[in-house]
Amino acid sequence: MIQPLLALLACQLGGEAAARVLAVPLPGPVIGMLLMLALLLTLPRFVTLMRPLAEGILAHLSLLFVPAGVGVVGHVATLGTQAVALLVAVVVSTVLAIAAGALTFVAVARLTGAGDD
Amino acid sequence: MTDLATFWSYLSEGPLLWLTLTLAAYLVGDAAYRRSGRKPYVNTVLVAVAILALILWATGTPYGTYFEGAQFVHFLLGPATVALALPLYDNLARLRRAALPVVAAVIVGSSVAAGSAVGIAALMGAGDQALASLAPKSATAPVAIGIAEQIGGAPTLTAVLVILTGITGAVIATPLLNALGIRDWRARGLSVGVAAHGIGTARAFQVNPTAGAFSGLGMALNAVATAFVAPLVLDLFR
Repeated sequence: MIQPLLALLACQLGGEAAARVLAVPLPGPVIGMLLMLALLLTLPRFVTLMRPLAEGILAHLSLLFVPAGVGVVGHVATLGTQAVALLVAVVVSTVLAIAAGALTFVAVARLTGAGDD
Repeated sequence: MTDLATFWSYLSEGPLLWLTLTLAAYLVGDAAYRRSGRKPYVNTVLVAVAILALILWATGTPYGTYFEGAQFVHFLLGPATVALALPLYDNLARLRRAALPVVAAVIVGSSVAAGSAVGIAALMGAGDQALASLAPKSATAPVAIGIAEQIGGAPTLTAVLVILTGITGAVIATPLLNALGIRDWRARGLSVGVAAHGIGTARAFQVNPTAGAFSGLGMALNAVATAFVAPLVLDLFR
C-alpha cells in the first residue's frame, strides 16, 4: 500500500518538477503518467506492485471530481449574461467533438487496417 | 438550541464532516446510478454534487469550509492521473497498432471541440474574454486554465466550463455513440477522453476497461493538442 503510493507520488513530483523546468504545455501529473509508464516498461515487477492501488483509484475516478463539481455550483454566476450562449456552446460542441472523434477513429482504422484483435 | 448550534459549528468547521459527507454523497450517487439500471443521465458525479451543493446551501456553509475537508479527495486527482499509466501499459500493443486512428481522432476531436464551441458562442454574441475562456474547455482542468490565462480568458470561468463539459460528455456519450452505431470500444473511449477529459474518462471506466484505457490516452493527448488548437481557433473568430 505504501510502496505503490510512494511510487505514484514520486512520479507526480517528478512530473511537476519536469513541467516547471522544461516549460512544456503539459500538466505535471500527465508527465508523471509518462514516467510511471516508463517505469512499468523497464521494471515488470512494478506492474504487480502497482496494480491493486492503481485499479482501486481508477475504479472510483468519479469521486475525485466531486469537490471541483461542488465548486462549480457556487461559480455558475460567473457565466453571467452570456450563460445561454456558453451552455449551448458547451453542450453542442461536446456532442460534435465526441461524434467527430469516434467517426474519425473508425474511418482511419478501416483505411489503415488497424482493426482490433 | 445554543447547544446544538455550538455542536454544529464545532463539527462543521473541521475537515472531518465534509470529507465524510463527500464520500457518503459519492456512494449515494453510485447507488443511484446502479439502481437506475446504469442509466448514463443518472451520473454519479452529478448526483453527488447536487446532494452536497444542497447541504452547503441549506447550512449556509461557504465552499472554502467545505473544501477544507474535500481537499483530501481533490488532491488524489494527480496520483490518479499517474495511475492511468497502468491501463495504458496493459493496452500498449493495441495502442501501437491503433496509432494512426488515435492521432487522427485526437486532431479532429480537439479541433471540433474548440472550433464549434467558440464558433457557436461567437454567433450567439459572447464576448472576447468568454470566447478565450471557452476555447480550451475540453482539456483537463490544469491545462485548460493555463491556456486560458495565456490567451486572455478568465481562469474561474474556464474551470466552470471545463467541469460542465466533462459532465455533459459523461452523460451524452453512451446514447450518442449508440445512435451513431459505433461499437469499437477504442473509438468510443478515445473520443470521450478527448472531448470530456477526466470526467469522461471516469465514465468510460464505468462502462468498459478498453474504453477507459483509450479515454485516458485521449485525455493526455488532448492536453497537448489543445495547447496548439485553442489559440488558432480563437484567432479565427475574433
